[in-house]
Amino acid sequence: MFGRKKGAGVLQKGPAGRRFREYLLGYTLLAPALVLLAVFEFFPLFYGLYISLCNWRLGCAEFVGAENYVRAFRDPQMWQALLITATYSLMSVPVQLGLGLFFAYLLFQKVRGRELFRLVFFLPYVTSTVASAAVWSYLYNPDRGLINTVLGVLGLPQPRWLAEPTGVFALMARAFGVELPAWAHGPSLALVAVFVYTTWVFVGYDVTVFLAGLGNIPTELYDAARVDGAGSWALFRHITVPLLSPTTFFLSIITVIGTFKAFNHIYVMTMGGPGTATTTASIYIFRQLYEFNRYGYSAALSFVLFSAILVLTILQNRFAGRRVVYE
Amino acid sequence: MSKPLELPISRPAEVRQLLPRPPGVRLAVYLILVAGALVSVLPFAYMVTSSLKSYGSVITNNLWPWWPFGNEPLQWQNYIEAIQHTGWDRQWGTWLMIRYFANSLIVSGIIVAGVLVTSVLAAYALAQLELPGREFIFLFILATLMVPGELVLVPKVVMMFNFGWYNTYLALTVPFTVSVFGIFLLRQHFLQVPRELFDAARIDGAGHLQYLLWVLLPLSRPALVVIAVLNFIWAWDAFQWPLLVTRDPSMRVLAVGLQQFMVGEGGVNSHLLMAFATMMVAPIIVLYFVAQRAFTEGFLSTGIKR
Repeated sequence: MFGRKKGAGVLQKGPAGRRFREYLLGYTLLAPALVLLAVFEFFPLFYGLYISLCNWRLGCAEFVGAENYVRAFRDPQMWQALLITATYSLMSVPVQLGLGLFFAYLLFQKVRGRELFRLVFFLPYVTSTVASAAVWSYLYNPDRGLINTVLGVLGLPQPRWLAEPTGVFALMARAFGVELPAWAHGPSLALVAVFVYTTWVFVGYDVTVFLAGLGNIPTELYDAARVDGAGSWALFRHITVPLLSPTTFFLSIITVIGTFKAFNHIYVMTMGGPGTATTTASIYIFRQLYEFNRYGYSAALSFVLFSAILVLTILQNRFAGRRVVYE
Repeated sequence: MSKPLELPISRPAEVRQLLPRPPGVRLAVYLILVAGALVSVLPFAYMVTSSLKSYGSVITNNLWPWWPFGNEPLQWQNYIEAIQHTGWDRQWGTWLMIRYFANSLIVSGIIVAGVLVTSVLAAYALAQLELPGREFIFLFILATLMVPGELVLVPKVVMMFNFGWYNTYLALTVPFTVSVFGIFLLRQHFLQVPRELFDAARIDGAGHLQYLLWVLLPLSRPALVVIAVLNFIWAWDAFQWPLLVTRDPSMRVLAVGLQQFMVGEGGVNSHLLMAFATMMVAPIIVLYFVAQRAFTEGFLSTGIKR
């Protein structure tokens, strides 16, 4: 292999032979990457489609056509998983982006130790998700966790966090002796606790991206607006927010996709429980695969989940994308 | 040579004041920032301190059981106990925890090396060689970025069984030894190197391989570091895939080992679990502070945590 590459550099061959050798070298160099991508990214796409059309037991035991898809659409647990995923997404986007922009804006002022703050904010994002999720599930422990111990010392109620499948609105209303109807229960406290952890992980990333975005806004715009008598709120509202909109848009898409992919931390903290309170779509697919070995069905579910993400992203592009201002 | 991934974050020239600030506001800004930083760090502080406490102090949330507030010594033996607690790996004749650590190092190491090799070779062909269909090949490579990982998870697991790779290092490493991001980043770097350098090397008698090894690669060190660091982190953090394609405890990586430790113990050994988690996180945190610029650039330019 090495001899051939060296040979391609030798000049005394004729032009046609030299070109041929260069082609050979080029395709040889590309081969490992192309083969790996074709085998592990491109081919599985079609293979997955095929599996989803089968009753799969070590191989396609029976070609069942769209049966797995029909079953998926009739599966109430699938719809519930999608609903939980959407709720998780809907909570995450505004809070993560809001906090991220807030801290980025503060850091963008003349702040001493800005780089150190940014490094520290970024820390939860770079460390192992499995380890930090394990630590958080101990912090959340209803009986011995640090959070509930502190709440107890302060004389506040001690909720059961990750172990609480009841909706947060229902819990709040119950504290005042009111029983809400089932539709108004809101997301389960377990899901909210997972969401708090996710926010802790991702805010640092959003801060970093927002800081890069803020740095790209030309200073002259602020100076000009200030000369025209704009106050700091007006500067923020009419210059920062619109000119930052491509960054915000990018982050909102990344966050939605991220919540739909979310698996590791949820599995470590709750394994989808209690009951099905935190069984998001990706957890549901995993359990069908890992616990029940339903290959055909979980492949079909993956395609359904992906279609949901695709539709959401297109909708986001349609509605939010229109409001993005490009310089 | 200009760096393609220069960020405005740490350029002092970009720092400017947007708000007119009385001292009170200034103080408030710092207080909020410090509070945010504390929230970011506290879970890690809890993890490290708990790993050095006795079990009793952990579950009673005694925040500082050591001198001067308490009389407990630092419980370094928690680390040894955590290692022993994972059990014995007969295959290698060592504690399982050591095996998990070795597995994580082996897997991450192979993935990083593989990604670097395949990316460098492919990027060189794409940037330096005149090939028929080169643009098409590049587009094909970029197009695979659009394939979502969840969509190919099930077929990939089935393929591991078909290949006979289930429960082996091959399954843990080979599918991840290629990185579109790596190819893309290196191609950009290579394209920015002036063509004259290549001609000069040619005149000195260097072939493509020598030029790549002795001229291009030393010039591309920053990009190589970014690719290596990112892929190391991803590999170290991988959890779902190793869970799916391995069965034996001796094939577990740290992430799977930690989760199994947690599930198996039902929370009765929280001080040991914290020691385990600390051992898993420590290499990443060290790497982060050593190569933090590579981290920021890498994560910013890829967008998604895998």
